[in-house]
Amino acid sequence: MNIVVCMKETPSTTAEKSFTADMRLERRKEDAIPNPFDEYAIEEGLRQQEKNPGSTVTMLCMGPATATDTIRKALAMGGDRGVLVTDPALAGSDAISTARVLAAALTKIGYDLVIFGNAAADAYGGVVPSAVAEFLGKPLLSYASQLGIAGDKATIQRQAEIGYNVVEAPLPALVSVVKSINEPRYPSMKGIMASKKKPLDTFSLADLGLDAATVGGAAAREKALGAEKVSTQRKGEIYVGNDGAADRVVAFLVEQKVL
Amino acid sequence: MDFSLSAEQQMIRNLCREFAEEEIKPRAEEMDRTGAFPYEIIKQMADLGLLGLPFPEEYGGAGADFLSYCLALEEIGRGDASVGITMEAHTSLGATPFYLYGTTEQKERYLAPLAQGKQLWSFGLTEPGAGSDSGGTETRAELRDGVWHVNGAKNFITNAGTDMTGGVTITAVTGVRDDGRKEITNIIIPKDTPGYIIGNPYHKMGWRASDTRPLSFEDCQVPEENVLGAQGTGFHQFMHILTLGRIAIAALSVGLAQACYDESLKYARERQQFNRPIATFQAIQFKLADMAMEIELARLMYYKAAWHHMQGEPFTKEASMAKLYASETAKRAADQAVQIHGGYGFMDEYPVSRYWRNVKAHEIGEGTSEVQRQIIAKHL
Repeated sequence: MNIVVCMKETPSTTAEKSFTADMRLERRKEDAIPNPFDEYAIEEGLRQQEKNPGSTVTMLCMGPATATDTIRKALAMGGDRGVLVTDPALAGSDAISTARVLAAALTKIGYDLVIFGNAAADAYGGVVPSAVAEFLGKPLLSYASQLGIAGDKATIQRQAEIGYNVVEAPLPALVSVVKSINEPRYPSMKGIMASKKKPLDTFSLADLGLDAATVGGAAAREKALGAEKVSTQRKGEIYVGNDGAADRVVAFLVEQKVL
Repeated sequence: MDFSLSAEQQMIRNLCREFAEEEIKPRAEEMDRTGAFPYEIIKQMADLGLLGLPFPEEYGGAGADFLSYCLALEEIGRGDASVGITMEAHTSLGATPFYLYGTTEQKERYLAPLAQGKQLWSFGLTEPGAGSDSGGTETRAELRDGVWHVNGAKNFITNAGTDMTGGVTITAVTGVRDDGRKEITNIIIPKDTPGYIIGNPYHKMGWRASDTRPLSFEDCQVPEENVLGAQGTGFHQFMHILTLGRIAIAALSVGLAQACYDESLKYARERQQFNRPIATFQAIQFKLADMAMEIELARLMYYKAAWHHMQGEPFTKEASMAKLYASETAKRAADQAVQIHGGYGFMDEYPVSRYWRNVKAHEIGEGTSEVQRQIIAKHL
C-alpha cells in the first residue's frame, strides 16, 4: 500500500509570532516544526505501514525550501521518503491553492491512502483535506479517531457528541485524523541518524504542471485581515473580608458541583 | 569558525529536551524522595536509542557523534541529574571502554547489549584507599592456569547493582612495571561471577535515584580472555576514558546549571515583593545575568573540548577546563537559585533545593576540581 502523509511546516507553538504588513506569518527557520496535529497523521501512517507489510510511507509537504529540515523531522519518526513542493510563487497560498498543489503532487507520486491532520496549528482553517478530496475526486473519511484497512476498504470511527459513527470508503481514500487516534512516538536516535539518508525529492510548480497564476498569493481568495494575541489574563473573582465571603465561596463551589 | 549545530545534532538535542521535559522532570521530585532507580525511564531511553548514542550501528548504537551525545546529556541532566549520571556512567564509563579497547568478540558480546540499552555496565576504579590517587589501587588480579583470581574492593560504583546491570570492568594490579610502579590491567567481571559481591546502595546527599554501591571480590575467578585490551594497559585506558568522561560531566553540569537558571527566571518573574516582581530588581537581574553568561561560557567550552576530540586532536586540558568550569558554574547557579527563591528555596517544594544537593557531586565525580586544576596546570 502506498501511504502518503500530508504534513505542514508550522512555527513552534511556543515561538513568538509576528506578521508582515500583508498579514502573512513571518516564518523563521529555527522555529519551524511539523504541525503538531500532523504528528498524529504521521504516527497513523507509520502504524498502518506496520500493520500492512510491504507498504511505503511518503511524507508530503508544501512549504518554503527550508522545509526539508521539517520533513526530515518526520522522517526521523519513520517512513521511507519525503517530497517537498516548493516554489516562490506559492507564497501567500490560501487553503484552496494549497489543496490544488497537494492534489497535483499526490497525482504525480501516486497513493492508496492519504492521511492528514485535521487542521494546522497556525492558520487553523481545517478545509485542506476536504478540498484535496474534491480536486482528486476521491472519498474523504474525516475526523477519524480510529482507522482500519481491510482489503481495498478503509474504515474509520468518527467521534460524535454521543458515541461514534463508523464510516467506510473504498481505497484509494483520504483520511483526516483527530488527536485521540494515537499517541505519536518520539523519533529514535537511530531514526534521526537515518533520516538524513532517506530520499527527499523537491518539486516545483513546473514539475507538477501547475500554472503559477492558479496558486499562491496570485490566486488567493481568502485574505487575512488581522491577527491578535489570545489574552491569557485569567478571569478571577476576589472576595474580601468578613462580609459573607465564606458563604459566597461555598455557593460558588456548590454551583461548580465541587461540594 | 562555525558555531552552528548540524541538523541531526539539533534534532537529538530537541528530542532530548522534549523527552526530559515531558517524561523525566515531572518525576524528578519523587525519584529524589524515594531514591528508587528509574527503571521505567531508563527503559524508555533505551527504546529511543539514548543508551548507545555514540556507538556504531553495527553494534546497535545510533552512530551519532560525540557532541550529539553530550548535547543529549545536557538535556537529560537538565531534567534530572540522577537520570543524567546513569546515562553518562553507562555510556562513558561502562560501554566506551569496550568500544575503544575491546576485541571484536568482546564488542559483540559486551558492547552490543549495552549500546542497545538491554544492559547497563559499570566501571570500577575508585577504592576505599584509592580515589584521586589511582596509583593506590590495591585490588589484585593474579593469572593462574588461564584464570584471573581477583581480590579486593571498589567503592562509589555507579550502575553496579541494578536489575539491568551486566557487570563491571575494574582496574586491578597485575604486577610490577619496570619502573617499579604498579602494573594496572582492566578486567571484565560479569555480574553472576562467584566471589563478586555487590554491596548495598549508599545513602547519598544528591543523585539519589542513581545506583551507587561498593563492590568486593573474594577469589573472584574469570577466564584469561576477560582482560580488556592488553595486560598492563589499564592505566592508559582509564586515563583516556576519564578524560572523555569529563566532557560528558561538563555537559551534565551545564544541564543542571540551565535547570537552576530556568527555575530562577520563572520564579523571579512570578514572585512579588514591594508590589512588583523581584525580576525588576537589579540585585536579582545581576544574578540572572551572571548565571546566563556563565552557562553560555561553560557550554561553549564543552562544545570546544568535544570538537577537539572529534577532530582527533589533543583535548586533555580542554576537557579538564570544561569539566571544572561547568561544574563550578553549576555550583554557583544552584547557590544563586536557592538565594533567589529565598525561604522557599530552602524548602523541598521547589526543585532548587534538590539542584543544590545534586550539584556537589559534579565537583567531585570523574576527577575533583582540585585534580582538574592540577591537570590544567600540568599543561601550561
